[in-house]
Amino acid sequence: MAIRDLFSINRKKNAGSIIKKSDEKHFPEGIVTKCPKCKTIHVTKEVEKNLKVCPKCVYHFNMTAHERINCFLDKDSFTSMDDHLQTMNPLNFPAYIEKVNSDMEKTGLNEAVLTGVGTLKGNPIAIAVMDSHFRMGSMGSVVGEKITRAVEKATELRIPFIIFTASGGARMQEGVLSLMQMAKTSVALKRHSEAGLLYISIMTHPTTGGVSASFASIGDLNIAEPQSLIGFAGRRVIEQTVREKLPEDFQTAEFLLDHGQLDAIISRLDMRDKIATIVKLHVQGGVSHV
Amino acid sequence: MSKLMAFEEPVVKLREKIDELKTIAVEADVDMSGEIEKLETRLTQLEQSLYANMEPWNRVQVARHPQRPTTLDYIERIFDDFIELHGDRSFKDDEAIVGGIASFNGQPITIIGHQRGKTTKENIRRNFGMPHPEGYRKALRLMQQAEKFKRPIICFIDTKGAYPGKAAEERGQSEAIARNLFEMAGFKVPIISIVIGEGGSGGALALGVANKIFMLENSTYSVISPEGAASILWKDASYAKQAAEAMKITAPDLKQLGVIDGIIPEVAGGAHKNVDQQASTMKEYIVDTLVHLNSLSVEQLIDERYAKYKNIGQFIE
Ligand SMILES: [Zn+2]
Repeated sequence: MAIRDLFSINRKKNAGSIIKKSDEKHFPEGIVTKCPKCKTIHVTKEVEKNLKVCPKCVYHFNMTAHERINCFLDKDSFTSMDDHLQTMNPLNFPAYIEKVNSDMEKTGLNEAVLTGVGTLKGNPIAIAVMDSHFRMGSMGSVVGEKITRAVEKATELRIPFIIFTASGGARMQEGVLSLMQMAKTSVALKRHSEAGLLYISIMTHPTTGGVSASFASIGDLNIAEPQSLIGFAGRRVIEQTVREKLPEDFQTAEFLLDHGQLDAIISRLDMRDKIATIVKLHVQGGVSHV
Repeated sequence: MSKLMAFEEPVVKLREKIDELKTIAVEADVDMSGEIEKLETRLTQLEQSLYANMEPWNRVQVARHPQRPTTLDYIERIFDDFIELHGDRSFKDDEAIVGGIASFNGQPITIIGHQRGKTTKENIRRNFGMPHPEGYRKALRLMQQAEKFKRPIICFIDTKGAYPGKAAEERGQSEAIARNLFEMAGFKVPIISIVIGEGGSGGALALGVANKIFMLENSTYSVISPEGAASILWKDASYAKQAAEAMKITAPDLKQLGVIDGIIPEVAGGAHKNVDQQASTMKEYIVDTLVHLNSLSVEQLIDERYAKYKNIGQFIE
């Protein structure tokens, strides 16, 4: 769906909602940090040490892709892939490449996803981490291609594929080519699945539109971080369509769990341990009945 | 007579003038045949140039024409023995998608398509062709059935998008669409998708992971509607015309971007001007395509589908 997603615009207006999260620059700089949920002021270093989770109310601040890799995989095990791919401007959108370049500088990434291979408590995995600080994590050709190649790498090496999603959806500036990345990633995941391999989708805030409606929702296990916004259509679009007030927790991870759309919600503080256990349960054993 | 579109105004005006002259000629009993003939030649030329080089926004209007033929119009004209099959076996029958089995040149096939209504009443029943998750799950069920019985699958795409509603979210609109993309990648039978009207975003793509994708000449396929794009780009939905150009959503655009395999030519002025003729043109495309796809092995079918999507996208290596 939309790129400059309606969710975030709506969100700001919707103060008091329990799904309210900061859309300010990813993490406030400086010595102290105010939690946007419980309003407690913390020493920034304390919050960072706590994996950017509020020590008081467990609000999850958004993470960058590199921060995620650092706290999730085994130390120094990560090797990135396809950092050289560069975005093009197929529809000749004004200032598109400039915006991409500026986000490259800001995030140190070549696009809105970081991909590669590494180990999780000793087990090799292929991984993709989307970064909402890069064009709102939107998916254009490079994002689709990088995820597809990471899946193909997992299939080739016969290892699990894990993704952390964070995206406003398909990238409008690349038009229908963005839409088709939903299909591209899906065909690669199907092949990975047919090989009997594990795919875990971990949805983080926010996961919406075309990303929600493709790879994010078809994990062997669909996991989410607490309070993440996850959904297909934007809240405002739905409100205009149905003309009824939506519940406060609408399209949160908790709402999805309640409606049977998730296997589990896992706190970031437990994420590494629990996912490592899940991976272990899939790569060891399995009875071969002939 | 079918509803006229704004861009057809010059043609309409000229036709009115010709009719007027004809009336005068009869009433005043004067010979104006030379004049009338000249104007009629001009009318033909005007029509030809108007319909041969349609602006993207004009195509959008044709694609949205209330009398534009729908999935059921084509099914009735192209296939024999169609039997509609209903329901997702879990929640309900979503009439925004129709599906069933039929015979095509003697070969059993499965047909699935978005279904708009032509009257307000039918549109309400069919939710204006905007499916809920159960619509996509019905489609998936019918595709799985097609695979079991080794029938090719033909999908007609014609939706503004998947329905953005509370219940749709509760029942997993995202998952329903995603599941179809994923499963369509692996079906061991030929899949052909044809965009016949509007192909709106993920809700369209959920019937669109195919071996071959065609678009009718005046259909559109987009990640976001021109109005939606305009309100984001210019903060004003009334710039939809400009957005329709900028977003590259027409059949020639998509052919050029390497997304679709072919364009099915339309009757001059749009498929609604002669539905029988349009159906028969479409049938020829399906015949030719199936001849090719029927000859492939299961492995080839799946590999061809894989390669097709793997190749879509533009980036610098
Ligand atoms: Zn807090």
